[in-house]
Amino acid sequence: MTTAVVAGKPAEKTSAAVAGLAGRQRIVLLIAIWAALATVPFWLPLLGGYTALAGRVLVFGLAAMGLNMLLGFTGVLSFGHAAYFGLGAYGAGLTLRYLVHSTPLAMLAGTLFGGLAGTLFGLLIVRRRGVYFAMCTIAFGQLWYYLAYSWNSFTGGFDGLRDFHREAIGWGALTLDIGNKPTVFYFFLLAVFAAAVALMGFLLRSPFGRTLLAIRENERRARFLGIPVERHIWLSFSISCFFTALAGTLYALLNNFADPLALHYSLSGYFVVMTVIGGMRTFWGPLLGAAVFVVLQDYISSMTVNWMSFIGVIFILVVLFFPRGLLGTRRYAAK
Amino acid sequence: MAQVILYNVTNGLIIGTFYVLMALGLSLILNLSNVINFAHGNFLALGGYLAFTLSPVLGYWGALLVSPVLTALIGLAVERLMVRRIYGRDPVYSLLLTFGLAFVMQDMARYIWGPNGLPLGLPDILSQPITQELFFITWYRVFMVAIVIVSVVGLFAFLRYTRVGLRIRAGTFDLETVSVLGINVRNLRTFNFAVGCMLAGLSGVLAAGQIGLNPNMGDDLLMPSFIAIIVGGVGSLIGTLFGGLLIGMAAALTTVVYPAASEAVIYAILMAVLLLRPRGLVGEEGMMS
Repeated sequence: MTTAVVAGKPAEKTSAAVAGLAGRQRIVLLIAIWAALATVPFWLPLLGGYTALAGRVLVFGLAAMGLNMLLGFTGVLSFGHAAYFGLGAYGAGLTLRYLVHSTPLAMLAGTLFGGLAGTLFGLLIVRRRGVYFAMCTIAFGQLWYYLAYSWNSFTGGFDGLRDFHREAIGWGALTLDIGNKPTVFYFFLLAVFAAAVALMGFLLRSPFGRTLLAIRENERRARFLGIPVERHIWLSFSISCFFTALAGTLYALLNNFADPLALHYSLSGYFVVMTVIGGMRTFWGPLLGAAVFVVLQDYISSMTVNWMSFIGVIFILVVLFFPRGLLGTRRYAAK
Repeated sequence: MAQVILYNVTNGLIIGTFYVLMALGLSLILNLSNVINFAHGNFLALGGYLAFTLSPVLGYWGALLVSPVLTALIGLAVERLMVRRIYGRDPVYSLLLTFGLAFVMQDMARYIWGPNGLPLGLPDILSQPITQELFFITWYRVFMVAIVIVSVVGLFAFLRYTRVGLRIRAGTFDLETVSVLGINVRNLRTFNFAVGCMLAGLSGVLAAGQIGLNPNMGDDLLMPSFIAIIVGGVGSLIGTLFGGLLIGMAAALTTVVYPAASEAVIYAILMAVLLLRPRGLVGEEGMMS
């Protein structure tokens, strides 16, 4: 795989890696994913689920896919992405509560808030690698947790930020009542998700995305080819934070609530495990992983008070026996 | 006012020593095995709870000696069964593994010893204040600091003068060469992991006497320990020592002026170090990249 960017034929393999699968399989997978997502409000209640659960899958899936741009496609480990997710959520919530009653502006504010925080912090740590990079991201992420936790009067402290709710979008006859109709809101989420994922796919297929793959496969070689490695890792970190922050704003809208746990490093761990369960080096893996994880968590925590043990055991089992993830094993098996 | 400052300085010293013990264990494991042990705070809690269970049988002094050793043995088992399988793999797996382990250990502690706080009884002599004027300084606080000093000096002497200690330090710099020289690196890492867990267990027993026991008592100490390592400089145990004391003191002294910012000042130090001296106060160039 180290020759992926240089030689002609293996380069096609990388394009398959971006999509996860090759050729006809890929088209079938795409149709299946979008068909399943578009019809959720019709089939999920039949299985005993509820539409908000599907909303959560989309939100966490988008966050994990954003993280995966860095983790799977650049080969850089961030264990602090909950910070940008939570900043997005708080940014949107605070805007709705204190500034304007407008959903699009709140999303814009939250995304910029989380994304810019990540961009600035990225500058500080872009030279670190491996576990040290991860350790810096964890520590920095917790800063925001403590800030939201202690600044009671502004953020609502441990109880979280309440007293805001998503506003209907549009004017007159073209109004979408996302506030009161869960199904309408789900399709709104899906539309935002689709736009974000399309942009992400476009970025990863661009020369910029291929350069990230080159850095992942062999950083030293990429450097010798004249690629400014630090700048690319920084850009990848920054873009990934923007996507995760966007997911965070959707999380605030979904719950009409933002709490410090959305900033906590546990959630960063959840994002990473979702990505690994689905398949770290595949495009759609994190969404699948998010679906598996959200449903399992929902089920386990309704069954037992010892849900932490079960979640912990899932982490351990995934690492020891299932490190390539669902879509990952499929790809390796097909070879 | 002098008393307030003195009170917070002793507090800072004590908090700092907890950070130091915890961070030294984390740092040992990180340097030799390249693993961030998320469950380190849970080994700390385990040490405290074991002391709670053992002290009716062995007395406080017996528990103080035995429970860190038991914690080390459990750490050894964990390393043999799980952690060693992910050496040399992408760091994402070591983080996820110890993260899951932390969840399981915390939940188990809650299941076995209950969700509510428990006190660890101290011998009478330790709960007396040292003088009337300094009523807030009990002998226990002096004792804790003394124990930490003794164990830190012991650790550094061990790493400097014993054969195994020298191998651990050599392995930190170049594990491959150490392995080529015929040293069993697998056993070395296992032993080193156990030593790290023993330090966590010891700080757990000490912390239990001061703040009591609860299932997530280690969580609050984990993040400052990470920061102590980064501030001191990754790869340097001396750095970790100074880093721990520095942030403990800084947090305690901030409490005098503006209590709400005591947590924030730790992060301010972290940012300043990352910005101005990325390798840490005592760290070596290139160690972090």
